[in-house]
Amino acid sequence: METLGSLLLIALGAALIHNFVLSYFVGICPFIGVSRRVDLAFSMGCAVTFVVCVAATLSWTLTTFLLKPFGLGILTYISYIVVIAASVQFVELYIRKAHPPLYKSFGVYLPLITTNCAILFTCLEISKNTLLVSSAEAWGLHQALALALGGGAGFTLAIVLMSGLRQELEFCDVPKAFQGIPIVLIVAGVLALAFMGFTGSDQGLANAFRAGEVQVSALAEGVTP
Amino acid sequence: MNSESGPTPTERFINGILPENPVFRQLLGLCPVLAVTASLASALTMSAAVLFVLLCANVCISLIRHLLRPHVRIVVFTLIIAGFVTLVDLLMGAFFYPMSKLLGPYLPLIIVNCIIICRCEVCASRQTPLHAAADAIGQGLGFTLALGALGAVREVLGAGSLLGHRVLPAAWPEQVVMILPPGAFFAFGLLLAALNALRSARTARRLNPSPTESLAWKPSEASC
Repeated sequence: METLGSLLLIALGAALIHNFVLSYFVGICPFIGVSRRVDLAFSMGCAVTFVVCVAATLSWTLTTFLLKPFGLGILTYISYIVVIAASVQFVELYIRKAHPPLYKSFGVYLPLITTNCAILFTCLEISKNTLLVSSAEAWGLHQALALALGGGAGFTLAIVLMSGLRQELEFCDVPKAFQGIPIVLIVAGVLALAFMGFTGSDQGLANAFRAGEVQVSALAEGVTP
Repeated sequence: MNSESGPTPTERFINGILPENPVFRQLLGLCPVLAVTASLASALTMSAAVLFVLLCANVCISLIRHLLRPHVRIVVFTLIIAGFVTLVDLLMGAFFYPMSKLLGPYLPLIIVNCIIICRCEVCASRQTPLHAAADAIGQGLGFTLALGALGAVREVLGAGSLLGHRVLPAAWPEQVVMILPPGAFFAFGLLLAALNALRSARTARRLNPSPTESLAWKPSEASC
């Protein structure tokens, strides 16, 4: 229960409370560049989520079994770049084989996911929680994957919301100076304000998990508390 | 394209500062632009780090430009950049520890900053080291200008201070939202809109250039 709660906190934290795009500003360029159509935005979000999960698994393995035991912290960034480039190649191969139309519609974006900062950011967060802490506090693979899934879902949520809003904006009478990117940034600011409503709910959730452990386990057994 | 064609080093240098400003005109590297501009000091430190990495990476890639192969070049760029970023990160951690703590993950995220990758692609992989160095310094100064402007606006409005010194009277109600994430979007959006208005006013006074062209922003569409 404790573990499940902490995993949920990590995932919710990355998806809503500290949304990757709207709070940490990682992956801003696709957020602005690829958010014109909802379907394309959704596929972009899925591709990023998938790459993040693969890269998180590989970089956690690399950090835990190679970088940490042998004290190779200095190679962290370079090895992460290699890992991310490899995962993107893998995803590209898969999409080209399995979904050729999707591959066509992505065009040049797909190889450029290598330099998407959401992915490197996830790897860096994982390294912060494995490389720099004692073995007892170090994250396991499940925590790394929770962060990757939550972060990817948060990115997808933000980019899909944005593309929906931008499709509506097409019909609005935007002042001339604001046409194009400026209005997108203002809308993103309003979205970020909305997401700030989640601030502090991680603490509340943590308390609820701790206090409600008994009730939750009772609920799970089908007994009303 | 051989190394003789294309803009001269001086043109590269001038272009980077305003005509092709990486942030205002090309909308590249928006992650640090929004993330580290809550105060002027962190914005300037970040710009200095980016300028250093951009200069080193551009010169290095320009030196090996004849060995590059098209399909692996982006990986080669990022690996070279990652090396220099590791260097900067270790130096910052050793000599400016509080600032390195403040910048947190955004310092290593310079590796995937699309300004640097874009300059490596556009200039360094095609022209001589001299061109590449001039280009790096010009673009780096343009980036510094953008980050400095945003950092100053956000720190003055959000905390009433500049570089830690109080500049507004104590009666000023601090607009805390300006130093929080939404403030970054608002400040940058308003700044771009102001630049847009300025530019269309200037083009309207000249003969009759097409107004739509001056408003055509070209967002960088995938990476960073």
